[in-house]
Amino acid sequence: MSPRTPGADLPEHPDRLWRDAEPKRSYDVVIVGGGGHGLATAHYLAKNHGITNVAVLEKGWLAGGNMARNTTIIRSNYLWDESSAIYEHALKLWEGLEEDLGYPILFSQRGVLNLAHTLQDVRDSVRRVEANKLNGVDAEWLEPDEVRKVCPVVNTSTDIRYPVLGATYQPRAGIAKHDYVAWGFARRADEAGVDLVQDCEVTGFTTDGNRVTGVRTTRGTIGAGTVALCAAGHTSVLTGMLGIRVPVQSHPLQALVSELLEPVHPTVVMSNAVHVYVSQAHKGELVMGAGVDSYNGYGQRGAFHVIERQMAAAVELFPVFARAHLLRTWGGIVDVSPDASPIVGRTPYDNVYLNCGWGTGGFKATPGIGSALAYTIAHDEPHPYVAPFTLDRFVTGALVDEHGAAAVAH
Amino acid sequence: MQLIACPWCGPREEVEFHYGGQAHVPYPDSPAELSDEEWAHYVFFRDNPKGRFAERWNHSAGCRRWFNAIRDTATYRFERVYRLDDPKPGVTELARSREEGTAP
Repeated sequence: MSPRTPGADLPEHPDRLWRDAEPKRSYDVVIVGGGGHGLATAHYLAKNHGITNVAVLEKGWLAGGNMARNTTIIRSNYLWDESSAIYEHALKLWEGLEEDLGYPILFSQRGVLNLAHTLQDVRDSVRRVEANKLNGVDAEWLEPDEVRKVCPVVNTSTDIRYPVLGATYQPRAGIAKHDYVAWGFARRADEAGVDLVQDCEVTGFTTDGNRVTGVRTTRGTIGAGTVALCAAGHTSVLTGMLGIRVPVQSHPLQALVSELLEPVHPTVVMSNAVHVYVSQAHKGELVMGAGVDSYNGYGQRGAFHVIERQMAAAVELFPVFARAHLLRTWGGIVDVSPDASPIVGRTPYDNVYLNCGWGTGGFKATPGIGSALAYTIAHDEPHPYVAPFTLDRFVTGALVDEHGAAAVAH
Repeated sequence: MQLIACPWCGPREEVEFHYGGQAHVPYPDSPAELSDEEWAHYVFFRDNPKGRFAERWNHSAGCRRWFNAIRDTATYRFERVYRLDDPKPGVTELARSREEGTAP
């Protein structure tokens, strides 16, 4: 028997996983944005609350925005109670998601190392590990020799520009196959009766006082009992139509993959200080993410010098990658908030809910925010996990500052 | 690499510049009288348009001077650069400079 092609053992997909629905005249709930968060919200509205008269409107193709462009890292080792609560809620759902969706998502709990390169990094990391333990999140502090045991390809020698002084380790963290996650949610939502409407861009809203009555789209006006905005990088465009100001800035965020390689990298490695995060996908490509491009941008592409800088850091940290070839780079649009935490919940309109500001880290939250937002819509009351993340916190000052733990890019 | 036309130095590579976010955000006239909400909007809320945006840029690895630019956030095209003490160009003025080919 000849050797198996890398990726040959990936599951086959049936031809059609969902109907390409025509929009009806009205729905109880209209979700704007057919990415991970929108699809997950639709799934949990149906599954947990029996609400199925729901449409998910997508201006392009299903899950073709950030859901198709992220680096698929899943973890919950955030510093503050508010953040670790929602991300840990998400991680627990990830652990049962394959069963819930009845669909393979290749969720692989291979652990994540967050490297520390300076004394301040070390102090912050140890503090975060202790905070995680208090919140029931699995976390350990590893010395450089233990880092080497978990991930032998990391350069832990002391003669590099930013030597590895240790790392936090969350063994339950990992990666999943982003497309399969989206397709799994879409299939389940569709089975429950949710209409997934593609090629349907929102162009405005019809309002009556403090309520939105409908959504104007390129496929006609669609009546809506409740509206949930799950448009990530395009949130400001939508809220602008409603006259709501939201403190997010849209930035290009780039990522890249190498050619397919034999397994060399057993875990996920992130480094805030030298700006790189790497895992190796199931098929064998090294998946790396960069920091955001500095300027505001909606172009789904960024500048090459950002990629170049990131590759320099990657090769310094992983000398073995120096001979790998870059296969493909791409960009998405991330909505970055001032405190690097999401903005979820009520808006000045009684029946419009906001879900944005996830910045560079929205993928890992997908099932968590889906279930919490579905609860919020069903009960017209913010779920305790999203309650701290109100738009109002920028007025009250109750910020959830996650710049340290959020990610490389914030 | 994208070239950015510094008003003092002329076109230079993008890596020489530092982004400064939205331009024309004045410090409040009467800060002591501001409500919490007004402060929040001054400190945290900035416009985030898809399309034309007036921004601050600094030629940090060149002359180190600040300037303003009108840039399209969808195409990343710079339509105009201008000095900090110049007024924000109006829409008609930008259209005219585009027609005349005088945009940078």
